Amino acid sequence: MRPALTPTSRWSLLLRGAVIAWMLLLVVLPLVALAIHGLRSGVPFFWAAITEPQAKDAVALTLWTALLISLINAVLGTATAWLLTRYQFRGRRLLATLIDLPLAIPTLVTGIMLVVLFGPMSPLGAWFEGHGIYVAFHSPIIVLALGFVTLPFSVRMVQPVLADMDRAEEEAAASLGASRLVTFVRIIWPSIGPAVLGGALQTFARAMAEFGSIVVVSGNVPHETLTAPVYIYGQVESGDSHGAAAVALALVTLSLLVTLFSKLMVRWGVRRHA
Amino acid sequence: MPNPAASSKRPPPWALRILVLTYLTIFLFAPLLALGVESFREGALSLWQGITEPESLLALRNSFLLAAIAVVLNVLFGIAAGLVIARQRFWGRALLDGLIEVPLALSPVMVGLAFILIFGRTGWLGPWLSQFGVRVIFSFPGLIIATLFVTVPFTAREVIHVLSEIGEEEEMAATTLGASRWQTFWHVTLPNMRGALSCGISLTAARALGEFGAVLIMGGAITGSTHTATTWIFTAVDERNNGAALGLSLVLGLCSVVLLLLVEKLRARAHERR
Repeated sequence: MRPALTPTSRWSLLLRGAVIAWMLLLVVLPLVALAIHGLRSGVPFFWAAITEPQAKDAVALTLWTALLISLINAVLGTATAWLLTRYQFRGRRLLATLIDLPLAIPTLVTGIMLVVLFGPMSPLGAWFEGHGIYVAFHSPIIVLALGFVTLPFSVRMVQPVLADMDRAEEEAAASLGASRLVTFVRIIWPSIGPAVLGGALQTFARAMAEFGSIVVVSGNVPHETLTAPVYIYGQVESGDSHGAAAVALALVTLSLLVTLFSKLMVRWGVRRHA
Repeated sequence: MPNPAASSKRPPPWALRILVLTYLTIFLFAPLLALGVESFREGALSLWQGITEPESLLALRNSFLLAAIAVVLNVLFGIAAGLVIARQRFWGRALLDGLIEVPLALSPVMVGLAFILIFGRTGWLGPWLSQFGVRVIFSFPGLIIATLFVTVPFTAREVIHVLSEIGEEEEMAATTLGASRWQTFWHVTLPNMRGALSCGISLTAARALGEFGAVLIMGGAITGSTHTATTWIFTAVDERNNGAALGLSLVLGLCSVVLLLLVEKLRARAHERR
């Protein structure tokens, strides 16, 4: 009984058609274009394009830096969420707002910040270089850039779960003589585990896609500091959008799968929680 | 926001404080601070000259125009998507809902590449469109399409979320009392969406102003025509034009901070009302 919104109404069908058409043209068509161009010359060509040495090294660099920052965020992001939900301290609201900042700041501006901070002209960059540690234009700065742009994900994923948790179980476990480690492993981890993993996966997908901050800080040296998105950018600029499409297709598929898995993880966590 | 009743009144332990502070300093505070310090060292005059040189003004105008276009179209799409996904039942609804979030998982570089494959010189629609003198790549329409793609999720997601949460009772009551479909939409549904739309507008504007990879590829960052604020910063860094690079980074950074604070305020207000 929904008189205002009967499925047969002409207006609602029109509206539905418009929304579907908009999504088809704006989102589905580009994905289809990537898939068709990536596979146009057959699977062997696709495989050759993504295993070409420069592409392979770029993909490998992107994957390991994304994995590293996902692990860092999973551990330290969870610690941050813990601090924000379990304790009262001055500046908590401010801290919570600051953590969301990377969601709003343009990634290219993040890159500028890091160049200013660690570039060879900066005091910090010069000091590090004096001690034989190369940050700018080397892989450490890629991880730092990824860390900035993905900082909110783990914290924001774990925080609501921690806030909703029933403390009674933990207190009961503690009063029955369970050590803190046992309480964590048996009581806390089962509740927050899916959120921690979901946050890590979200970080991974976002890190894999990062371009703006990396292109200005990493130096983009093939086989060393050239990440996959920057590699694809270079291929497009030099006119090889065909080979670029193959690598892009592989990465897009992976990141859509990871995102889907992250969503399932969160839903699973919510269901178990309820 | 975490439930304050659940957090203890104890101050956080020192080990946790130091751990979280170190993490946030390395990945978040230091880069933010560096941009501030470097801008200060550059001096207000140099920054002002950088912001007001003709190319910077053109880039800023392009960026704000793109943000305005993205906001208007996404408000329309967001309302339509909300009504269709949260209020109608049809086959493929969940898929449509999922598609709206796909742009969040894609690297802007892949987006630019995909549209090149469609609208480029040898792309699917490029040759056909050029018969009519329409150019998408390396011109303003390309910038619009890139910006629309990356901003699709923000308003729609907020509206869908709010409409599903509020439910249909109010609308059904209005209809029962004899309101026409249009009156119900105008006096019940639309006012209920207002908070979500404001949030969506801020997020869309922030994302549009910050977009870099896709507009770089689709617009080609042509001097005097398709520069946006971000692509002009990128060029200015290459040209060692510090005034413009830092000045525009500061402008974009401040815009994003203001928009983020607005979103937090709107969310807090919506939270209180519930």
